Amino acid sequence: MAIALVLVLIVVGSVLFHFLSPWWWTPIASNWDYIDNTIIITFWITGVVFAAVVLFMAYCVFRFRHREGNRAAYEPESKRLEWWLTVVTAAGVTALLVPGLFVWSRFINVPSDATEVEVVGQQWQWSYRLPGKDGKLGTSDTRDVTPENPLGVIASDPNGQDDVVVEAADLHLPVGKPVKMLLRSIDVLHDFYVPEFRAKMDMVPGSVTYFWFTPTKTGTFQVLCAELCGQGHPLMRGVVMVDTEQDYLAWLGEQQTFAELSAPQQTGSVDQTPRETTASGSKISARLETVEAR
Amino acid sequence: MVDITPADAIPPAEVAEVELYHPHGWWTKYVFSQDAKVIAIQYSVTATAIGMVALVLSWLMRLQLGFPGTFDFITPEAYYQFITMHGMIMVIYLLTALFLGGFGNYLIPLMVGARDMVFPYVNMLSYWIYLLAVLVLVSSFFAPGGPTGAGWTLYPPQAIMTGTPGGQDWGIILMLVSLILFIIGFTMGGLNYVVTVLQGRTRGMTLMRLPLTVWGIFTATVMALLAFPALFVACVMMLFDRVLGTSFFMPAIVEMGEQLQRGGGSPILFQHLFWFFGHPEVYIVALPAFGIVSDLISTHARKNIFGYRMMVWAIIGIGALSFVVWAHHMYVSGMHPYFGFFFATTTLIIAIPTAIKVYNWVLTLWRGDIHLTIPMLFALAFIVTFVNGGLTGLFLGNVVVDVPLSDTMFVVAHFHMVMGVAPILVIFGAIYHWYPKVTGRMLNETLGQFHFWVTFLGAYLIFFPMHYLGLMGVPRRYNELTDMTVMTESAQHLNSFISIMAFIVGFAQIVFLFNLIWSIRHGREAGGNPWRATTLEWQTPQTPPAHGNFGKDLPIVYRWAYDYSVPGAKEDFIPQNVPGSFGLSKEPA
Repeated sequence: MAIALVLVLIVVGSVLFHFLSPWWWTPIASNWDYIDNTIIITFWITGVVFAAVVLFMAYCVFRFRHREGNRAAYEPESKRLEWWLTVVTAAGVTALLVPGLFVWSRFINVPSDATEVEVVGQQWQWSYRLPGKDGKLGTSDTRDVTPENPLGVIASDPNGQDDVVVEAADLHLPVGKPVKMLLRSIDVLHDFYVPEFRAKMDMVPGSVTYFWFTPTKTGTFQVLCAELCGQGHPLMRGVVMVDTEQDYLAWLGEQQTFAELSAPQQTGSVDQTPRETTASGSKISARLETVEAR
Repeated sequence: MVDITPADAIPPAEVAEVELYHPHGWWTKYVFSQDAKVIAIQYSVTATAIGMVALVLSWLMRLQLGFPGTFDFITPEAYYQFITMHGMIMVIYLLTALFLGGFGNYLIPLMVGARDMVFPYVNMLSYWIYLLAVLVLVSSFFAPGGPTGAGWTLYPPQAIMTGTPGGQDWGIILMLVSLILFIIGFTMGGLNYVVTVLQGRTRGMTLMRLPLTVWGIFTATVMALLAFPALFVACVMMLFDRVLGTSFFMPAIVEMGEQLQRGGGSPILFQHLFWFFGHPEVYIVALPAFGIVSDLISTHARKNIFGYRMMVWAIIGIGALSFVVWAHHMYVSGMHPYFGFFFATTTLIIAIPTAIKVYNWVLTLWRGDIHLTIPMLFALAFIVTFVNGGLTGLFLGNVVVDVPLSDTMFVVAHFHMVMGVAPILVIFGAIYHWYPKVTGRMLNETLGQFHFWVTFLGAYLIFFPMHYLGLMGVPRRYNELTDMTVMTESAQHLNSFISIMAFIVGFAQIVFLFNLIWSIRHGREAGGNPWRATTLEWQTPQTPPAHGNFGKDLPIVYRWAYDYSVPGAKEDFIPQNVPGSFGLSKEPA
């Protein structure tokens, strides 16, 4: 008997929790409210099914609980009922799947006016590369990574010379412009994840993955790594600042290009050299300390 | 031409042959036993023991997540080792071993009316290799560098690199070796279960008269035999990458500023192999639970399972479909995005047979005579948690909805609800149900009530709110949730609440273990068929059943397993081995 009451309370409690608790998604800052809408549809359909099944169970337990002299009915099957339920379920599943696939096709087809931005993950920091005046990113290869060329830009590719390189610093993006994030890793799997943008994708060493979005709000957003990448994983944070066009251009003007960085007199990479000589274990702790300090 | 004459030295089937296998001493009876029932108990005790390790690990993780910065000994390395070992133990060494090695061994021969498994010696070997696998796994806790902290999915390249605990030490090697051993041991047992169901059934026990428990375990075993090889090769390849320096899964890599001598391998290849095993694995755990819970509901509601044939086909359909959905674990892995369309469609289709099973369970309750025994309570709790966890699967299976939710606490909540809590509730129900057959005594009812309520409500309170942390964007596999925009102060309070509930639920399991041990001597005497059930294991001449199960003559089966409350019959159940037609039995043919 208590169980019938508890089953009802579980449904009521879950529904109240859903609507009244303070824990809900962070306000969206990209164009992917399509995804949010699909989640809402899914919540409604699944919520109704959950409530219906559990309340039906509660009713059965209450109504057909054992009492002296009771005897169960004997009804092995009912073809009609079983088919009817199958059809209704199939309809519900279709109602979830169709909008889902529709939004997925939007998600994977990048609009032609999207600007490319490259994100490079490594244990445990984020770096970025933006196309220079030619609007094209130069090709890259992990085997070309050196302290002076941390992203492995292929020096012989003329498209790469004017690329803007942002090593282990914040990324800025202009508001309202679609961006295609090209994702690379030079060591292990990572995942570039900004909860407010809703989109994410793993970064796989040896390949280039992507997703696209349009930032819709200016502000500062936290980047989290969403794929386990070793013991520094929770420390692998970054910052994306979505700027007005003006602020963005001002920031862009301050950045250095690949050509400038690889010029022999530059000093940006000197602080990295001592680490190269230490043993690999202490290299890990040195890297962790650097990451933590940031 | 060669004349083939049948050898007349072959002894007649039946009793005489069994005599050959009767144990003759303490060692062969209790230790190196070839009796499936003893092997079942050995599997169950070992799985429970290693499961307790996983329980303690989960407490340690919850200490860290609920009260960050309070427990200095839980370093980031240790935290990752805890999550990895917890996950691997629960999925492989506890759930798989307990359902198939434990329940499979005990119930298959008894329920199909066989004297034992068809290959008793191989069956015994299966257990000892499993035990060896567990010992190798445990040894990694004591190895230099400790166990691996690569996450239970063991994704390369990080699994075998310096930045991951155990990656360049012994941890990952021992883990891979242990898995390889487990798969070898499982294959020996699995072939046994399959052949016994196909070839060892007694007269009259047609496939469509098998109890759903057997259908669930049988289908899960067939799946495991097809799925584990993928994990096996993945483990061997990764072992080569780690030990011999091959590059199956290793592309060109710069680690901490240093070029590794690797190149050309594919990290995503491992993920495909892993999930080709890993998704069927979900159903390898779920299908036995589906089968068992069907029998619990039917027996304790005194009513035939509703839609038996549909239930069998649903089990087979789910088993088959589960081999074409694996990449729904990889929507954001960087595989070709067009795969998303295919795998989202197959994944959502699998919801249909699964939903049919749920409907048939609740429709079995309709117009039943529901005895609210402890097994029945656990079965009801299973339906609640399984429906909850199954429905959140519709979020994660629907490719684009998975994008914001993957790798967050939503995923953790989902899979714990659906393949942690739900199957474990069935395991508890099943133990309360069959313990009287195994020991001859009932488990203590009061302790059972306590165990049920704390476990069910506690587990729901742990995992239901956890979904909402994921919805907020809180990532999984973070030992620190501090300095995070999405992690509000109130969310941290929620996290502490979840941790406290985890301790309470864990404590209830210790009460349950106490009950298991205490009732062996002090439980109420059960008799042969305390639940008045129809299936053959309750019709044995002795309780606990002796070696050979059925005494001199094997039972003959005259009816399906669900003749409860047949109109016109005197009792409200007719055992499968009782001949004659009573009233209006409407066995589906």
